[in-house]
Amino acid sequence: MPTYQIEVNGTTSSVDVSTDTPLLWVLRDHLDLVGTKYGCGIGQCGACTVHVDGTAMRSCALTLEQVQGKSIRTIEGLSENGDHPVQEAWKEVDVPQCGYCQAGQIMTAAAFLEQNPAPSEEEIKNAMHGNICRCATYNRIHRAVEKAAENMG
Amino acid sequence: MSKNPNIQFSRRAFMRTTGLAGGGMLIGFNLFQACKPQVKPPVDLSQLDYNDFNAFIKIADNGAVTIFSPNPEIGQGVKTSMPMIIAEELDVAWKDVYVEQGILDTENYTRQVAGGSQSIRFGWDALRQTGATAKQMLVNAAAARWGVEASDCTVSEGVITNTKTEETLGYGDVVNEASQLEIPEDVALKAPKDYKIIGTEQRNVDIDDIITGKPLYGLDYKEDGMVYAAVARPPAFGQKLVSFDDSEARAMPGVIDVIRFGDKVHKMAEENPRLSGMMGESEKVAVIAKTTWQALKAKEALQLEWEDGDLESTEDHDKILVDLLDGNEFRTMRSDGDVDKAFAGADKVLERTYESPFLPHNCLEPMNFFANVTDEKIHMVGPIQTPEGTANMAAGILGRTPEEVHLEMTRMGGGFGRRLYGDFALEAVEIADQIKKPVKVVFSREDDMNDGIYRMAIKYRIKAGIKDGEVVAYHLKEAAVNSNMYGLIPHFFPAGAIENYKVDVASYDSNITTGAWRAPYTNFLAYAEQSFFDELAELMDVDRVQLRLDLLKKVDAEADENIAYSPERMIDVVNKAVELSDWGNQPSNVYQGFVNYYCHNTHVAEVADVEIQNGEAVVKKITCVVDCGIVVNPLGALNQIEGGVIDGVGHSMYGELAFENGKPMATNFDTYRLIRMKEAPKVEVHMMQNEYSPTGLGEPTLPPAGGAIANAFKAATGNRLYKQPFAKYPELLKPKQQEIIG
Repeated sequence: MPTYQIEVNGTTSSVDVSTDTPLLWVLRDHLDLVGTKYGCGIGQCGACTVHVDGTAMRSCALTLEQVQGKSIRTIEGLSENGDHPVQEAWKEVDVPQCGYCQAGQIMTAAAFLEQNPAPSEEEIKNAMHGNICRCATYNRIHRAVEKAAENMG
Repeated sequence: MSKNPNIQFSRRAFMRTTGLAGGGMLIGFNLFQACKPQVKPPVDLSQLDYNDFNAFIKIADNGAVTIFSPNPEIGQGVKTSMPMIIAEELDVAWKDVYVEQGILDTENYTRQVAGGSQSIRFGWDALRQTGATAKQMLVNAAAARWGVEASDCTVSEGVITNTKTEETLGYGDVVNEASQLEIPEDVALKAPKDYKIIGTEQRNVDIDDIITGKPLYGLDYKEDGMVYAAVARPPAFGQKLVSFDDSEARAMPGVIDVIRFGDKVHKMAEENPRLSGMMGESEKVAVIAKTTWQALKAKEALQLEWEDGDLESTEDHDKILVDLLDGNEFRTMRSDGDVDKAFAGADKVLERTYESPFLPHNCLEPMNFFANVTDEKIHMVGPIQTPEGTANMAAGILGRTPEEVHLEMTRMGGGFGRRLYGDFALEAVEIADQIKKPVKVVFSREDDMNDGIYRMAIKYRIKAGIKDGEVVAYHLKEAAVNSNMYGLIPHFFPAGAIENYKVDVASYDSNITTGAWRAPYTNFLAYAEQSFFDELAELMDVDRVQLRLDLLKKVDAEADENIAYSPERMIDVVNKAVELSDWGNQPSNVYQGFVNYYCHNTHVAEVADVEIQNGEAVVKKITCVVDCGIVVNPLGALNQIEGGVIDGVGHSMYGELAFENGKPMATNFDTYRLIRMKEAPKVEVHMMQNEYSPTGLGEPTLPPAGGAIANAFKAATGNRLYKQPFAKYPELLKPKQQEIIG
């Protein structure tokens, strides 16, 4: 098995995995970063969303080859003390029910607001459409993204 | 303090106290059952277990209050709202209360709380009594120290005041003395008007851990030496494993072992036919590997040979269920008057059939469980709502005693009924027993969707007779796969409102496993009946809401012990929904649908607003009025209500699991559609203010949503929808006559 160097949350680690191993399982099983969730394994639900060089991507659909030399950020590294404006907004609005999808939702929202700090209602809906919340907290996710945009602006 | 003479609840039986070795007081209590005679809470917190008590309250000698409960959190917020009830009666500030998830490690699971949507309803009295009794003990201790009567003392936020001298003592000051006192009887409970915590908006107590990605869920659990198991399951219901070739899989990286298993669980199912519905019929093959990915990957390399048995298709089910409705082999669940006679004498008769598919639960955290079986014990960790039954079954399949099972519950990434069943936990136990290693079974999404315990396909046929402008007869027939409605469901509205009334049920035994799914039976029944009421109103040429109100006014709930809904509370909810949705006064591009429904002891009305966009009807808004009695935590309650409504909209729009020759036709979220952000309507909620005891909230807002949107679609398009999911019939979501744009 090849050895890969990957940079996650500012730390470079060395992992030995087969070439087809998705980043998701390297994060969860090898690096103990279990905040990134497995939901579908085919890039459909968004629970595994991480930032790759600042862009929200599905870690279940990325191999280590594809993230070589890139900087990966997971929910554990989004902020030092859980106080990223998006996390603060999630808290303020009290978004989660079961909470399982929320790390992915937060990562999607954080990358989106970085690109578009003052989004319209429609743009928020489009940006968050790829992340499934089975508890259907969509109204609150929407409010929290709006709130985060306000707080960041 | 006033005493309430009406309370018949023996504190001595359900709670016990002890002084902690390091200072402070520990109260152990049970919610639903008395304590065993001789038990006492431990004097040392490190000895805390849940063998004899559901939960503990620690009052430290600095006055801080910690509530320890192993109550699992599924997403309904009970881990926040149940401690709020204790804190209210204990009279401490919520900011001084800490909630800790206890590890369940118990010999006596009968005392364990399952954490369902009825938790608050069932725990309401016991939680208040526990808080109030502890407070009384603290007051008694302070009164004794001051040499005054307890009635000379008042309490606010953990501070006791001697009204004679204005002296004060904090809870922490008297906690050691209090712990030595007799548990008092007949303590006073607060009047709802005096609540300071109940009714306030409090955030989820786990919010910080959730938003920072802490390991909370079963899938996150790890232990030294733990390996992973991926399980090969029959591709179709009705198939059984014959043989397999694992040579390729064994050669793959990280693979430790490949085993055949399932005989133990099937043996138990044979002895207990009730269980066979959740176990499937085949043995399975587990691939054991060092990592999840290696296990999942190597599973795909197995060569498996399956033997076909009865392979059922949706087409077969449709035919069979219609035959059941056409036939006369029914069990009668309720019968008033004589429906046949009333139909014979009716001026008009309306009969309609409504149809629904199977639904998977699709919890976003796929099923998983950890097990380690040693000579000493069976250690189990994971997301399960039924620890007692699951632990007993685990002991049963291995021929061990329940006392040897130690089961820890984790937070659950959704439940919706799926985690009531322990099939996945038993897989872990059986595999762990064979390989003698700590192991976690992980379902892939495909495993989760295709080896599920589904909401069964159901068809309802409803017939009503009208005479002289009144509904005189109502006959509801249910044909369902595997099992039928139960409990008080046959007595829900409109039972009691119509003189001649009958509910008949029939079922067909399938080898497809089925079970509880969020709001069992009513999740589809509400849509069927509420669609039918609208059709009835059209036929009778009366206002759609007025028809419902007229029927409700005829109900004398006192006269029938099976009628659990309150027509008065329902009428109030209906009127409120009319007001808040601006029913009947919408601009011409907005079409509305109305539903009122009662289930899980909660009264709900919903109004859907639909608009035509790009030639198709789209759900824009749902107004939802809920009477669930006292609302403990409005912030959490609102979340449940919004989620329930959108879940109800989503599944009636998109949810379907069809079968072809036993094989599920959707395998993952590319072929199974769940509602997403852009399709989610805005939900506007109103909670009725009253002083009734709290009732269920996790389920009752889901069932009406399908009916509300179906009725709004009819108003918008002229098309009545008789089958779910609605999005499967796009032509019916378009107006019958093209609107003139301009």
